[in-house]
Amino acid sequence: MSQFLDPLLIMALALNFVALGVSRIRAVINAIALQGFLLGIIPLFLHPDIDIRGIVLVAVTIALKGFVIPAFLVHAMRGADIQHEVNPVVNFMSSVLLGAIGTGLALAFSYTLPLLEEHTNLLLVPVALSTVWAGFLMLTTRKKAINQVLGYLLLENGIFLFGLLLLDAIPFLVEVGVLLDLFTAVFVMGIIIYHISREFSSIGTENLSELKE
Amino acid sequence: MNTLVNNTIHILLAVLLPPLLLGVINRTKAIFAGRNGPPLLQPYYDLIRLFQKGSVFSTTTTWVFRAGPVVGLVTAAIAVLFVPLVNSTAPISFKGDMILFAYLLGLSRFFTTSAALDTGSPFEGMGAAREVTFACLAEPALFMGLLVLARLSGRLELARMLGDSMASNWTTSGAALALVLLSWFIVLLVENCRIPFDDPNTHLELTMIHEVMVLDHSGPALGMILYGAALKLFIFGALIVRLAFPITTSSAWLDWPIFVLGMLIVTVVIGIVESTTARLKMTHIPILLVASCLLSGFGIILLVR
Amino acid sequence: MSEWLVLMGAVIVGASGFPGLLFRRSALAGQWLTTLLAVFGAGLGLMGVCWFVRTGETHAIVRDWLPQGIRLNVAVDGLSAIFLVPVFLISLLGSIYGLGYWKQTEHQENGRALRLFYGLLAGSMAFIVLARNGYLFLFAWEIMALSAFFLVTTEDDKPDVREAGWIYLVATRMATVFLFALFALLHTASGSFKLFALTESNSNVTPGMATAIFLLALGGFGIKMGIMPLHVWLPSAHATAPSHVSAIMSGVILKMGVYGLVRVTSLLPNPPLAWGAIVLALGAVSGVLGVALAVGQRDLKRLLAYSSIENIGIIMMGLGLALIGRSLGRPDWVILGMAGCLLHVCNHALFKGLMFFCAGSVIHGTGTREIDSLGGLAKLMPWTALCFIIGSVAICGLPPLNSFVSEFFIYLGLFDTLVDTSKPSFAVAGLAAAALALIGALAVACFVKAYGAVFLGTARSEHSRHAHESPLSMLGPMGVLAGGCLVIGLAPSLIAPALVSGIVTWAPNVADVGGRLAALAPLPWISIMGCGLVAGLWLGWSVLSSRLRSNVVEHASTWGCGYIAPNTRMQYTSSSFAQMLVDLFAWALHPRTHRPTPFPLFPQQTDFRTEVPDVMLDQAMLPTFHFVARLFTWLRFLQQGNVQIYLLYIFLVLVALLLWP
Repeated sequence: MSQFLDPLLIMALALNFVALGVSRIRAVINAIALQGFLLGIIPLFLHPDIDIRGIVLVAVTIALKGFVIPAFLVHAMRGADIQHEVNPVVNFMSSVLLGAIGTGLALAFSYTLPLLEEHTNLLLVPVALSTVWAGFLMLTTRKKAINQVLGYLLLENGIFLFGLLLLDAIPFLVEVGVLLDLFTAVFVMGIIIYHISREFSSIGTENLSELKE
Repeated sequence: MNTLVNNTIHILLAVLLPPLLLGVINRTKAIFAGRNGPPLLQPYYDLIRLFQKGSVFSTTTTWVFRAGPVVGLVTAAIAVLFVPLVNSTAPISFKGDMILFAYLLGLSRFFTTSAALDTGSPFEGMGAAREVTFACLAEPALFMGLLVLARLSGRLELARMLGDSMASNWTTSGAALALVLLSWFIVLLVENCRIPFDDPNTHLELTMIHEVMVLDHSGPALGMILYGAALKLFIFGALIVRLAFPITTSSAWLDWPIFVLGMLIVTVVIGIVESTTARLKMTHIPILLVASCLLSGFGIILLVR
Repeated sequence: MSEWLVLMGAVIVGASGFPGLLFRRSALAGQWLTTLLAVFGAGLGLMGVCWFVRTGETHAIVRDWLPQGIRLNVAVDGLSAIFLVPVFLISLLGSIYGLGYWKQTEHQENGRALRLFYGLLAGSMAFIVLARNGYLFLFAWEIMALSAFFLVTTEDDKPDVREAGWIYLVATRMATVFLFALFALLHTASGSFKLFALTESNSNVTPGMATAIFLLALGGFGIKMGIMPLHVWLPSAHATAPSHVSAIMSGVILKMGVYGLVRVTSLLPNPPLAWGAIVLALGAVSGVLGVALAVGQRDLKRLLAYSSIENIGIIMMGLGLALIGRSLGRPDWVILGMAGCLLHVCNHALFKGLMFFCAGSVIHGTGTREIDSLGGLAKLMPWTALCFIIGSVAICGLPPLNSFVSEFFIYLGLFDTLVDTSKPSFAVAGLAAAALALIGALAVACFVKAYGAVFLGTARSEHSRHAHESPLSMLGPMGVLAGGCLVIGLAPSLIAPALVSGIVTWAPNVADVGGRLAALAPLPWISIMGCGLVAGLWLGWSVLSSRLRSNVVEHASTWGCGYIAPNTRMQYTSSSFAQMLVDLFAWALHPRTHRPTPFPLFPQQTDFRTEVPDVMLDQAMLPTFHFVARLFTWLRFLQQGNVQIYLLYIFLVLVALLLWP
């Protein structure tokens, strides 16, 4: 089964770099949506003897990560009327290179983790850690609030991927917990973006520092 | 089929096919744009016409200006002898020949850019500067792809690296090969000056890279440049075809048409990519090239871990 | 026999400058005598080397020389032979070059001193390579370092020359300190100063001591070689010295550092894997950053100096590969790595010497080193332009010239580390192959910029409008070196025996080096392809010429996009050519830009300047030294300037010594 798993994980990894390297926000949303879709179908390959509960979960994941949340974000983007991240704290080339370094470190680090026998040679753990790192990078170095939300989504994708390892042990709980977490975060972030944009007529978060007085 | 016949067909294809590839790309772009487009054999007519025309040389130029087209053509002609078109044979094959292959392309780049600087015009200087910069980022991607192929095949001859074992390698290490394929496709686009790196149809010197370097050439020299560029496209296309369609049938008479078909498919894909994407902003091109290096790099890491 | 020839050659070359002191400073006779002696001595030395490579026989010359049992112990072996070739060849050609470049009648105040120290430098370097005991090695090393200092500060009336000489002196002092410690450790480990004593009584070397020896050698010889980050003395020293001095510094002095490191690593037969990895990584970093710094330079000789750092990086990569091969027990990697390292030593001496001679020719013809004041020199100095383009193609490692062969060896070795999956492997070395590809591409960018901005296009200033070609005494050595590059590139099998004897000396436990090298690297194929390439180029050129002859050819000026009054300032300058690359590497290069400030109302004249200073020197080392100097200022209270206080100090020290148990 891993022969189909590897290309999917590689595509998910490549999408990390697309998210880090492009400035058009619509393209980043598309990349994260596609990554969510891929993550949704990975459980089918990871655990071939899946029951009806699992299939429903897969369908819900794909719908949420691949379609609903991106649509919500596109709506927010249109509402705030921005298209590009112009000047991030770390420029795009450096973000891509930092993401690459993080991926390399994740690969090295995943060998030292105490995993189960069948999980040690999978690409899953390195790709998960790398996605977490890429999401963290986006969260901390982008100035536009929507990009920070996208970074948080990327982070959640990484955690979801890591949680797939536990699918056998705790089939239902992990997924629902993660997705609920995700939904709440997007909800809260959406409300915050609305308020920021209403208050400052832009969603540049550097203006938030004016509130410290 | 014995080697002499194979090599003869190899050389015949390398001499006759390249301008047709340019014609196919132009036709594909025209179809996408809703036009009829030029005839498929138009590049051949262009070449014949150019070789019969007179030339104008700038008074600023030296012998380097005339040497640029010659070096470009001769190095491409020698490089094509290393690339295997069907199964694992090429007319010239020895251990480490892929390094000579890559460095022959480097030699052609040296003289093409020097010829561009020879005219003393700011436009050519601009094109030369961009060309050498993007090549700096494309060379490591090419070499990392070669490293992946060397590891998979265990051989150091280009003909053997892209040889018979390719089909079985796809089933065992498909992910790594897919990464190399994507990375080498990006290298093809940048080395042959296609969109999204360079627009071969633009008329604005400020946006050209390759076209502006050949702005002052005319007549037979320009014909040599055109043919050399077509040959380079043939070389890189052949690499992609061997990587993507490693089909070897039992009959050699079937292999050659399959190769030509593969080349035409790759050319049509290039035309589609050119028609559907826009040229990247100049500062974003290095990011895409670094990404292609990273793709190949991950291919190596996948194989080595 | 060979060792006597080399020894005599070294002594004659070393002493060649002394007779010139006896002549008047306004006469050329002294210069001719010195040059003849130097040529004769170097010729003897080269004959000795050829004799050795031909016959392979060697005996040590051991004489009692100084009291306390310190002896003169010299011998020629495989490694020495390879390193002697650059020493004698470049000094020979440099002396001939000096006839035209630094004529006594034009440089009366420093000409004789220059030739004196030039001879001393060449002679001392030959002794370094011949020395078989630590005393002689260090003695010759010191003479080399000091001669080089005096050569660098030949034109000491200029402030930048004095500053370059000062930085060089500090660096070479530090290197000598490391070397003293190194030889002291070797003496402790082996019990004598004989250089090979360590291999004979190897059991005394603990791993800790071996690591200390390696690190001291890397530090001391590394400063001399110019590995990053220890390279800070190189650019200014090579830029401000006279060009034939820069040629011998870049072509030979750096190789003395390489020789030292190669020799010390040959003494320790079981290196841990970390050493080879460190050397490989340092080589890759030096290579990439060296050529990236070179791309940003506006001074022709600084550019060539940084390019030397790049080539030393490539040499280190070969040595690192050989060390890794030795640790993991892979003789293939040892052979390929050392073959690449040693061949690149010779190749670099050839083409860097050529490039510095060409730069000297440009300076002789135009009077300036600044690339952006030159341009269009190919029409006024055609032979220099031809030699420069041959040198540039050689530096970039392009076929059919010599550097391609040495990089070919290193590439084959690096690819091999990835290909073999069975035995213990070091697959990460394969990424060094990608770094080498990046180095090659950056070198192409750098030298297209140098050649294009200096020789092509139109003249940018008065300097280059009135340039003249150099005399035959300068063109001759350039032609010889260019021919050497071509010969080694087209017929590398000629130098294979010398490489084999060098590898056998470094790694005596590898069997059948010659046969294995022939099996690993298909040198005849390279010759065939090189000749095929040359033949193809000649064919293509004749086809184009015949087509041009049969059609109409007109001449006009370069198309300027319809601009009515084009001028030469509109050409692309060297800094604009390099701008995109410098921006890509701005994280390492820290370029400085001086921008014009916006004007209030009326237009005014201003300027725009960019430069790439040496980031290691300006932002790391100088601030550190200033900080340390400030720390020491609190000791100033001891310097009162009062004689009574100083007498009190002497009294206190005497008391302390008396109380010492």
